[in-house]
Amino acid sequence: MRAWLLPLAALTLVAATSPARYANTQLADPAKEAEAQALMVTLRCLVCQGQSIADSDADMAADMRALVRQRIARGERAGDVRDWLIARYGEYVSYDPPLTALTAPLWLAPIALLVVGLIVARASFRRRRS
Amino acid sequence: MIAEAGLAALWLAAAVALLQLVLAGVALRGGQAEVLAAVRPVAVTGGVLALLAFLCLVAVFVRSDMSVLLVVENSHSAKPLLYRISGVWGNHEGSMLLWVTVLGLAGAAIARIEHRLDERPLVATLGAQGAIALGFFAFLLFASNPFARVAQPPANGLGLNPLLQDPGLAFHPPTLYLGYVGLSVAFSFAVGALVTRDVGPAFARAMRPWVLGAWIFLTLGITAGSYWAYYELGWGGWWFWDPVENASLMPWLAATALLHSVTVLATRDGLRAWTVMLAVVAFSMSMIGTFLVRSGILTSVHAFAVDPSRGTFILALLALYIGGALALFALRIGTVKTGTTFELLSREGGLVLNNLLLSVILGVVLIGTLYPIVASAFGVQLSVGPPFFDKAAGPIALALVVALAAGPLVRWRRDRWDALAGRLLVPVAATGLALGAVVLFAPFKSVLSSAGLVLAAGLAVASVAPLWGRNLARTPLFTWGMVIAHLGVAVSLFGMAADAAFTRETLIAARPGEQVGVGPFRVTFDGLKPAMGPNWSALEGRFTVQRGDAAPFVLRPQQRFFAQPPTTTSEASIATLWDGQLYAVLGNADAGGRWQVRLWWKPFVTCIWAGGALIALGGALSLLGRIRRARLRHEEAWA
Repeated sequence: MRAWLLPLAALTLVAATSPARYANTQLADPAKEAEAQALMVTLRCLVCQGQSIADSDADMAADMRALVRQRIARGERAGDVRDWLIARYGEYVSYDPPLTALTAPLWLAPIALLVVGLIVARASFRRRRS
Repeated sequence: MIAEAGLAALWLAAAVALLQLVLAGVALRGGQAEVLAAVRPVAVTGGVLALLAFLCLVAVFVRSDMSVLLVVENSHSAKPLLYRISGVWGNHEGSMLLWVTVLGLAGAAIARIEHRLDERPLVATLGAQGAIALGFFAFLLFASNPFARVAQPPANGLGLNPLLQDPGLAFHPPTLYLGYVGLSVAFSFAVGALVTRDVGPAFARAMRPWVLGAWIFLTLGITAGSYWAYYELGWGGWWFWDPVENASLMPWLAATALLHSVTVLATRDGLRAWTVMLAVVAFSMSMIGTFLVRSGILTSVHAFAVDPSRGTFILALLALYIGGALALFALRIGTVKTGTTFELLSREGGLVLNNLLLSVILGVVLIGTLYPIVASAFGVQLSVGPPFFDKAAGPIALALVVALAAGPLVRWRRDRWDALAGRLLVPVAATGLALGAVVLFAPFKSVLSSAGLVLAAGLAVASVAPLWGRNLARTPLFTWGMVIAHLGVAVSLFGMAADAAFTRETLIAARPGEQVGVGPFRVTFDGLKPAMGPNWSALEGRFTVQRGDAAPFVLRPQQRFFAQPPTTTSEASIATLWDGQLYAVLGNADAGGRWQVRLWWKPFVTCIWAGGALIALGGALSLLGRIRRARLRHEEAWA
């Protein structure tokens, strides 16, 4: 038990001292890495032309990846990390727009379109039948 | 001289487009038969002149004529010939010239080969085609002259964005443009039919091959573009819900809906107004896409050729054409009689469901793409990306897959629910089996990916069900086309879901000699060596890959350095195996001499593009089948 704890502690120490380490390497825990990965694909690289931080070569994207992995490794929840980034960089950073008064029409659009479409289609069926 | 000849050809083409519009107008207002007969040759002339202008630009690029501004800004004499040619459309002016060239050629093609449509609607169609061409010629001549000269020719050019120096780029935009602009034919047919009040099965039968043709190219263009982004951008992604990708997806969605509704109009004389509307919408989406890409109003990975000041010009053209067509639609649609009636449970009903769901997806993509612009008008900068589109469009797309599986098994006119249930027994059983297998064996990544795997299996079985119990030798070619295209959707869906569910990723910093694992593979980083290309130098990594006891193979990802313009790109090395692709990328080195290495094992990812190719192949068979039947009918009529 102790035998593998030591290298793990050393690893954490290295991670804490060099933040860029996690820019291009994964977290040891696959579950945490998957959580970080799922979050990173939904965050926008702020200096790129429409790429997520998960698929950008830009330095800033690398720094943000390191930051996301570190916070997830520390046990923070993905939602909290996103909120922290939004507080820092604005809503622009999130590809998953939070539901607000301004974005409500966007999120309601699929349902609204479906309802309108069904009404149009149904009405045309009824009209055709009569 | 060549540049001036090209510019002259462009001016002449614009004048001929004006002539085409005026002649068509005069002919339809009761002009003499000679006027009516003159429209076809005029349209052919316009197409030839546009092609001539385009070929002049190609010649200027091939000869690296540095007295032409466009060549200076986008080319370099040291580039390989293929990229000197593809550089013609790797920039704003050249790509717009390609756009109007395709438009002119489409008009010429209608004039040359369309003989099924009556003469009056045909002339109205050519008039509409001339009107569209005129606006875009004006845009080129007044706001985007590709033949502008420089006063002091430099010794050499600035070069082409290295990302675009790839065989994929040489073919992807022309293919996509054939699709985009090919849809202008459907638009002009719709306008022509509205002008001459001639919306009916004959109109639909004449329009269908054109829509099919444009749709095949659009499908191929999107598939190729997706694969290009996948291997060239170096992060293993194949679709980013980027505004420019959406701009190509929207016309495809509209064209797919149109393809199905036009069949209802051709066979059952239903959905008249809706089909005309869709034809207008499909090309409007092409124009909106052009506006989004060319204006640079949205930031995008494709933002290599934009100029905001030109956006206003295209926006004005957009308002003119879309607004004009919609106004005409509103004026005339009252005079178009409603088509025949049909039952809820019928092939027609299934096709209405297809159109409903495709239109909703189209609406979602359009709203999601434009929403950041709307929000910024309210002073809020926000991003709408993959999470939104997955959540909003994903479930509707899966519902569409269910409709697609059942639709071809429903009879025309009227069907019974119990009879349909009987025909669906085997596909439903296959879906059940797949559900069991996915629950037991597949890792759960998301509802969307798991549902995708299950439905792909069900659809694969259902899509070939229309062939059961038929004499395969006597099955019409267009039925084969439908079956293969629908099977292609199943294959592509399987690839997408498998990529989402099964991908394995290894990101490490490695020294030469180190060994890492990814999925079932052991990968050894052997070392690095320099490599040279025609206009780049590179550092090439060598990785030996071993899977179990099988013979090892080697991957060679590169870091490429281009001198002109100075850029570094990473060239992924991809091994295609029967059950997926192993994808390796070489990144930068850190101070300790360790290299960033990214490895992905992507099981069955190739199915995504194989499916796309099958969809296009299905379209091609269907087109051949329709043409063959039309020819047979024609011969019978004369026999």
